[in-house]
Amino acid sequence: MTNAPRTASFVNIGERTNVTGSAKFKKLVLEGQYEAALDVAREQVANGAQVIDINMDEAMLDSEAAMVRFLRLIASEPDIARVPVMIDSSKWSVIEAGLKNVQGKAIVNSISLKEGEDLFVAQAKKIRRYGAAVVVMAFDEKGQADTRARKLEICKRSYDVLVNKVGFPPEDIIFDPNIFAVATGIEEHNNYAVDFIEATRDIRRTCPGAHISGGLSNVSFSFRGNNTVRAAMHSVFLYHAIPAGMDMGIVNAGELPVYDDIPEELRERVEDVILNRREDATDRLLEVADKYKGGEKKKAADLSWRSLPVNERLAHALVHGIDEFINEDVEQARLAATRPLHVIEGPLMDGMNVVGDLFGAGKMFLPQVVKSARVMKKAVAWLLPYIEAEKEGGKSEPAGRVLMATVKGDVHDIGKNIVGVVLQCNNFEVVDLGVMVPAAKILDEAKAHRCNIIGLSGLITPSLDEMVFVAREMQRLGLKMPLLIGGATTSKVHTAVKIDPNYDGPVVHVLDASRAVGVAQNLLHADNGPGYIAGIKADYAAMREAHARNQLTRARLPLAQARANALKLDWASYQPPQPLKPGLTVLEDYDLAELVARIDWKPFFQAWELHGNFPAILDDAKVGESARALWADAQAMLQRIVGEKWLTARGVVGFWPANAVGDDIELYTDEGRGTVLERLHMLRQQMARDPGRDRAHLCLSDYVAPKSSGLADWVGGFAVTAGHGLEERAKAFEAAHDDYSAILLKALGDRLAEAFAERLHERVRTELWGYAAGESLTNEQLIAEAYRGIRPAPGYPACPDHTEKSTLFRLLGATEQAGITLTESFAMMPTAAVSGWYFAHPDAKYFGVAKVERDQVADYAQRKGMSLPDMERWLAPNLNYEPGTEDRAAVTAA
Amino acid sequence: MTREERLRRLDDIARTRILVIDGAMGTMIQRHKLEEEDYRGERFKDWPHDVKGNNDLLSITQPAIIQGIHQQYLDAGADIIETNTFNSTSISMADYHMEKLAYELNFEGARLARQAADAAEAADPSRPRYVAGALGPTNRTASISPVVTDPGFRNVDFDELRLAYKEQTAGLIDGGADLLMVETIFDTLNAKAALFAIEEVLEEKGLVLPVLISGTITDRSGRTLSGQTTEAFWNSLRHVRPFSIGLNCALGADLMRPYIQELARIADVYVSAYPNAGLPNEFGQYDEKPEHMASDLQGWAKDGLVNIVGGCCGSTPDHIRAIAESVKGVPPRAPAQPEKLMRLSGLEPFTMPAF
Repeated sequence: MTNAPRTASFVNIGERTNVTGSAKFKKLVLEGQYEAALDVAREQVANGAQVIDINMDEAMLDSEAAMVRFLRLIASEPDIARVPVMIDSSKWSVIEAGLKNVQGKAIVNSISLKEGEDLFVAQAKKIRRYGAAVVVMAFDEKGQADTRARKLEICKRSYDVLVNKVGFPPEDIIFDPNIFAVATGIEEHNNYAVDFIEATRDIRRTCPGAHISGGLSNVSFSFRGNNTVRAAMHSVFLYHAIPAGMDMGIVNAGELPVYDDIPEELRERVEDVILNRREDATDRLLEVADKYKGGEKKKAADLSWRSLPVNERLAHALVHGIDEFINEDVEQARLAATRPLHVIEGPLMDGMNVVGDLFGAGKMFLPQVVKSARVMKKAVAWLLPYIEAEKEGGKSEPAGRVLMATVKGDVHDIGKNIVGVVLQCNNFEVVDLGVMVPAAKILDEAKAHRCNIIGLSGLITPSLDEMVFVAREMQRLGLKMPLLIGGATTSKVHTAVKIDPNYDGPVVHVLDASRAVGVAQNLLHADNGPGYIAGIKADYAAMREAHARNQLTRARLPLAQARANALKLDWASYQPPQPLKPGLTVLEDYDLAELVARIDWKPFFQAWELHGNFPAILDDAKVGESARALWADAQAMLQRIVGEKWLTARGVVGFWPANAVGDDIELYTDEGRGTVLERLHMLRQQMARDPGRDRAHLCLSDYVAPKSSGLADWVGGFAVTAGHGLEERAKAFEAAHDDYSAILLKALGDRLAEAFAERLHERVRTELWGYAAGESLTNEQLIAEAYRGIRPAPGYPACPDHTEKSTLFRLLGATEQAGITLTESFAMMPTAAVSGWYFAHPDAKYFGVAKVERDQVADYAQRKGMSLPDMERWLAPNLNYEPGTEDRAAVTAA
Repeated sequence: MTREERLRRLDDIARTRILVIDGAMGTMIQRHKLEEEDYRGERFKDWPHDVKGNNDLLSITQPAIIQGIHQQYLDAGADIIETNTFNSTSISMADYHMEKLAYELNFEGARLARQAADAAEAADPSRPRYVAGALGPTNRTASISPVVTDPGFRNVDFDELRLAYKEQTAGLIDGGADLLMVETIFDTLNAKAALFAIEEVLEEKGLVLPVLISGTITDRSGRTLSGQTTEAFWNSLRHVRPFSIGLNCALGADLMRPYIQELARIADVYVSAYPNAGLPNEFGQYDEKPEHMASDLQGWAKDGLVNIVGGCCGSTPDHIRAIAESVKGVPPRAPAQPEKLMRLSGLEPFTMPAF
């Protein structure tokens, strides 16, 4: 082992307990299987991990709670707890929650200068006070360090701040100077490994005592799918980085070959790439890569593709989403072909197949695919007149025909449109019925078009019930075709428990657009189909059983007991702030430019299935390139939205004298408070807490002074939209075969509406209600909600009853004042709209009511004057019981 | 003498001789055979709950008794006396429904000890006497579930402990404590919360006071109740840069020695040791004789293991007198000078090898 990576002084961090690094661990944690998750940790320690990395950064998880729970469980497992932990999160709150639950000395991963020195110092001080070592990313206000000089500059500055300003011990500092992918085909990336290794040497010299760490897998990112080459790259990288001073890293040690055991040819070429020894290093490694394990061809980065033969140009244009030359290229191909149809069946389909394969393999990302589809549509549009002129009318037989619809009452269609585009890319024909489609129309059209699959989408919770209804109708009519379920509120559990049992045909929940193609292909595949379907049915049945078992343990308190434990604020010493501008304020044609600055970009990228924090995502090794392109397109479109006034933002806000009466809130016609104008109905948490935990059972009315207090309290409400003009513009894009721009516009519209709500809330705090006149927060702080007061929306966790939105709209006159209407499921139109209540009490926090018991629903229905079955239908996602089944006694905490 | 003057001299004293800390408070209180009404005194005669056994309450209801005990230990030769505040957090006081008294108990506890120490200093101005504000472990553990069937459950968390310890620390400092002593640590996470709180309070008050840390190795397994080895325990807390690290309680001197030896080897700060007077006999009484205990500790001192010695459960002014005599003239341990390495811990220590 003389030439093995010198791992003797190298500390290997176990990364199997990282939800972003281990699909298995993620699944276990998401399913709450903590016992099995502990086994993963145990095995890792048994296999020699000296430190275990714990990361719970997953959108579907309450990361803080998961971190705390896992650390607490580990504490009672001596064979795991014997090693130190690395608390790994991009969220400070998760890190701090972790630090509060380890008795040992841990490592925090990570902090950086990204958001400025003040925050960095504050976090470092706390870490020192909690008694932990720290990983510092080479990241500052200007971005992530890529060159040797920048890496050193940022690490040195971080070191000086930590050692001199914070008093951090140098030996407890670990720098992560960013390992980036090499051999990407982009010339600037070629020196990334050398930059890291040289910077490591520099940092060791200038920052005495500090350590160097890094995530090794990034370096070989271009060779995903070829584990032999990847492992060789890791081994060679460490061979050079360890002597330079890298002494810690996240490495899958079991898969690391001994340096000398790497075949000489491969080793030499890998070394050329890592050390950037020759200009053609990437090409030469690509030449041999397949030999060692079937890898993918890398795309050439040069722009010489215009000189390729026309068929290859078409493929290139599709894969790269370039529509600039598509008409001339298609025309050239048409003239060369015997029939125009052959252009589609030949080069265009070939190109789209490549796109589909790359996407399926995780080598292309959604924005790129949607751009590819735009090129395809334009090409087909060019050819269509010729095809029709030929009077053949026929097209090639598609892989299948999929009907897509957003269900009745719901108007959200970004996700559905994306799925439609992706399916089209893969030779499926899509019949898109649009939004608010009633069940009867879905079924008629499915028959008329002889569709093979029905896909339903929805974003708001009432849509879940509508999907159940469609499934029942399909069963009643004796249909057999598969039913796909997707959209933000849908879930595998809901599909398994509520939808699947109603329909004998296949029902599949599709998590995101990238899964849609695989699911559709499997379902329609003549040979696999039956087995695949049986597998899913069995999976869902098992999930139902697990769910039923789970239900029994979800104890709820009787309503009276929950009410007795309401949040008791100290009203005696509270002076409710009086709004400076009571009554209604209408905002006509709000300045869009002001809103652009307020946009929270993270959800925007999420809508495109690019996950990560903004702006870090722009430099992300994996999706950064894709994210940057999308970002540039978004910026360009925003300029036009504002400059050419594509959209009009309108809103209305109001404040009313209010007092809490039990769980309800009375709004009065005037400050005499004699006449009730409207009554807001709120739900209260009923979950049984762990013994000894007596946190209050919250209800929004707890934040409003009770009538008996005699205090003159107030409640506010608002409705805003940035969506006027959006639909027409989006339709125009679609008509021009540009779904990419249509989806982009809708995603931006949503962001602008959210930004409007955020900006308005700020103005409410500082000028309209005016209780925080001196407030001054950055956009990051605003996004992190570091201010007084909340704006919960009806239909969302703190007040999950969508029907209350009608009260809000009545109070505001939202339809007349802001042009926003409600569908029968209480979705807002235009869709780029936000509404909610305002509560001003300093202790007001967002919370989730979660599931409630029959006693509360009955009480609530009575308060609202609705029948119990109606109420149960609206609150379906929040019921802790099966409506209509025998009453199960609420259980008190053990 | 002001606190500043006294503290200025502490380092010199610690460099030149072994410091003596006092003995048990509870053992001495037991001698008074106090009954429920004694504990209540006038102020709490109508308190709706029993308070017998709430020794810390005596700082308010029987101040003369507490002050008398302090004085006996000072007379016996203690340089450092500990306040009668072992349980004076709102968390521990909940047993008696006296959460609201936490600050006052600490303030009074420190004030009484300081009064006694001031009297001793007046009698011999050449010798400063230090009051160490005692912060006990509370009756809850942040790392261990009290429910066997639910290992993820906790009946207290870091922030609850931190807030309770902040209140205690503020009371101790305001009452006149010179040092702060986090002692009888069963669960290192509790101690981390206490030390976090201390740093916060000191920062808020703009003060720098020496902090003493003393853990408890519960048995011959050589681990704390929460499972850490001695070195892992030290790695978890050394970021505080305390004045001293040491062990107390649970063990008599004979069984404690190997772990003190371990601390003496690794700690770059002073080492303290105040074991029990042996192990309890079949009647629950500690019966190790003063001479016996003193001779054990003298052995440690001569071997260069300790800087601060004293007694825990069962020890009396007679024990402290014997101990003080036995270490007189023995040079104190010189703190270790370990290599500057990243030293982490789980239940066991992990040191990053030097590059």
